[in-house]
Amino acid sequence: MEDIGTGQIPTWCPGCGDYVILASLKEALIELKLDLSNTVLVSGIGCGSKTPHFIKSYGFEGLHGRIMPVATGIKLANHKLTVIGVGGDGDGYGIGGNHFIHTARRNLDITYVLQNNEVYGLTKGQYSPTSPKGFISPTTPEGSIDEPVNPVTTAITAGATFVARSHSMDINLTKEMIKQAILHKGFSVVDVLQLCPTYNKMVTAQLFKDNLYKLGADYDPSKKVKAFEKGLEMKPMPIGVIYREEGKLTYEDQLPQIAEKPLVKHKIGEVDVSSIVNRYR
Amino acid sequence: MGEKQVVNDLQWKVGGEAGMGILNAGMMFAKIAMRGGLWSIAHAIYPSLIRGGHNHLDVRISKEKIFAHRKEIDVLVALNRQTFDLHKDKLSSGSGVIFDNDEYKITEKELPRKDINLIHIPLLKISNENGGRIMRNTVAIGATVGLVDYDITLFNDILRQTFGRKGEKVVDDNIKAAKAGYDYAKKNYGGGFKYKLKRASPKKRILISGHEAVALGAVKAGAKFIAAYPMTPASSILMSLAKWGKEYGIVVKQTEDELAAMNMTVGANFAGARALTATSGGGFSLMVEAFGLAAMTETPLVVVESQRPGPATGMATQSGQGDVHFVLNAAPDDFPRIVIAPGDIQECYQGAINAFNLAEKYQLPVIILTDKYLGESYWTVDEFGNEKVKIERGKLLADAEAGKQKGYLRYKLTADGISPRAIPGQKNCMHTASSYEHNEAGHEDEGEDVRTSMAEKRFKKFEVAKKEFREPELLGEKNADITVIGWGSTKNGILEAMKMLKKDKIKVNYLQIKNISPLPEKTIIDVLNKAKKTVLVENNQSGQLGYIIRAATGLSIKHKLLKYDGRPFFPHEIYDGIKKILKE
Repeated sequence: MEDIGTGQIPTWCPGCGDYVILASLKEALIELKLDLSNTVLVSGIGCGSKTPHFIKSYGFEGLHGRIMPVATGIKLANHKLTVIGVGGDGDGYGIGGNHFIHTARRNLDITYVLQNNEVYGLTKGQYSPTSPKGFISPTTPEGSIDEPVNPVTTAITAGATFVARSHSMDINLTKEMIKQAILHKGFSVVDVLQLCPTYNKMVTAQLFKDNLYKLGADYDPSKKVKAFEKGLEMKPMPIGVIYREEGKLTYEDQLPQIAEKPLVKHKIGEVDVSSIVNRYR
Repeated sequence: MGEKQVVNDLQWKVGGEAGMGILNAGMMFAKIAMRGGLWSIAHAIYPSLIRGGHNHLDVRISKEKIFAHRKEIDVLVALNRQTFDLHKDKLSSGSGVIFDNDEYKITEKELPRKDINLIHIPLLKISNENGGRIMRNTVAIGATVGLVDYDITLFNDILRQTFGRKGEKVVDDNIKAAKAGYDYAKKNYGGGFKYKLKRASPKKRILISGHEAVALGAVKAGAKFIAAYPMTPASSILMSLAKWGKEYGIVVKQTEDELAAMNMTVGANFAGARALTATSGGGFSLMVEAFGLAAMTETPLVVVESQRPGPATGMATQSGQGDVHFVLNAAPDDFPRIVIAPGDIQECYQGAINAFNLAEKYQLPVIILTDKYLGESYWTVDEFGNEKVKIERGKLLADAEAGKQKGYLRYKLTADGISPRAIPGQKNCMHTASSYEHNEAGHEDEGEDVRTSMAEKRFKKFEVAKKEFREPELLGEKNADITVIGWGSTKNGILEAMKMLKKDKIKVNYLQIKNISPLPEKTIIDVLNKAKKTVLVENNQSGQLGYIIRAATGLSIKHKLLKYDGRPFFPHEIYDGIKKILKE
């Protein structure tokens, strides 16, 4: 494999799903032959959000929960960039939940890879927005009573035009989903179920094996209601492309300001403001 | 009636319920004055609701340049009874109250003084005869123009400009309604009325608000992106740029909340577009974490913080200057930020242009600190906007330079603390910007030496930036009996009060602090040490700038004029306050 690393060594725990997701992402970027100087990885805070430090593209490791607004700002400033968000379930579905919904409905051409281990790792094992009901953690010693967020149905309802699920024991599927998400024109979400051997003993490789099934060639992801129903399936849970809506205009497509060239390529200085000044005469 | 006439010095007020179109009507009157070569200013006061409540707008007109309103009202257009009740005590000698006798009554007995004229104008009847009730404000302004014997053709031009888009019929109806109001007032009350307006030779001037001037400055500076969440009084910046965005190639994003607004702005700046956000204190509270993010990632950032009274929701549509401590201390730990505090229209415009240059040259956050009064009031100023503006992008690498880089370090330690900045899309400069403490390459690093050198780097840039700021000038008499120190919008009340004091032969001078960070310490020390008496004028409760000055210089400003009722200073309040201090 071509080396697109930075030489930085991840400090993730042995067996962490983040290694697999990093490898899948790298392979996806290589196979798509993306120009890494034209690619920006945007992350937040959490174990998985350290990912941009390990890939030799541009990166922005921002604040907890704010991946999508930073990614949106970057995309609108220069829509010729490939913009990929990478972050965890707490970051994206919890503290950043509001941004998740609103970014989805705008349908910017951004890919969002969510490392979903159903637990808070970096803060040492508290329950997360996707932890199953009854999850025992340091902040829920009697078991959580929150119902978990359903990333797939939430993304579909909010307006994402590509929604896929994969898991960290399948590097090929994860790579494939990320590739398709990047190629999709519009807002794409890849929810990657992952292992956290340190803090989430409930999610195991065996569970993935027993409870996940691949969607077959007979499944048509273009039907929104059907996709929503698929998203509701828990036991077993489908993996693969669950929803795909082709041809919808992206947010950028609808901005005449950037039809000709990205904002960053606009010449600045010597702006003739007389048409504004005239209004105040 | 019949006493000595006052020409071209008028304080006019229109008041009524929210939803009556008072603000638009008032603005038209201010513009009529300006077009006739006079100086006019307009200040609206409205509650935070859409219908009902009491809205009023003041227009002051003069043959000489004016900065603030005075208390006495010469013509009061009272569209409802409440307007009369609330403002009658401010009516001046020989003043007039324009009202519709068919809608409500005012008796002579109710007047606080005998020399006030009740000007009955059948506003409703005349408007119904000329296109409907909606014409009422047009009739009222027409009547004012008739009463003060001004030129109605100026009003016709404004009506054409304002309603042109709505078609010939609407324009014609308005012009007819204006004329009818004009004729009625002139015929019945015109000749002997004390206050008159007379056209002067027209000059190249504009009537613009502080926030529109900030927005115009942003356009001039090459701002390409604004992300903001509506919040009074800052929404006027978002809305102005939304109006101009298509023509000027500016992307305007109303966001889901202020957190998104600030993070998007940081993202757009990171990617290389000049971007800003605008909000009020409450919204800025939500932005604070990402404000620190800009500082940590050394991403240029411009944010307009338009103050209103707080805490929490406070008074949404009122004014104040209580956010000095807040903006200076927003976000955890120590890092420098630039805080520009414009005091008038020209400074709003120039401040915005400077803010973008400073943000990019020093790769740090810049705050433009305005307030409701400055941001949403209108002043006549000599036209600006066509001059050449210098765009300074500091150490932003050109694509060709970036392409030649080997072993590029985004946070390279340099003599001036400023590192060459590359943006996504440029070859050979790939790096990750991190909200964590980081090393020169941008990777997370908590080493003691790294931390110390990076924290020092962020301050070093600021030390260099300080040299950009000119020391403020002391305005007024050299050998003054009293020195006034203030910042921001109080400038207007202070300058007006200085005119009044001058008439009383009182020697006064004024030091306006135009940038709160960096603080012009040298001049402040010099001025305070030389002054006979000193007075701090601030629109907040604790004298926040005074506190900052004491912390920075060890010098106290002895006297304080502090107002924190949500309203800007009237000149006479500063005048009275200074007179009182001088008597002590």
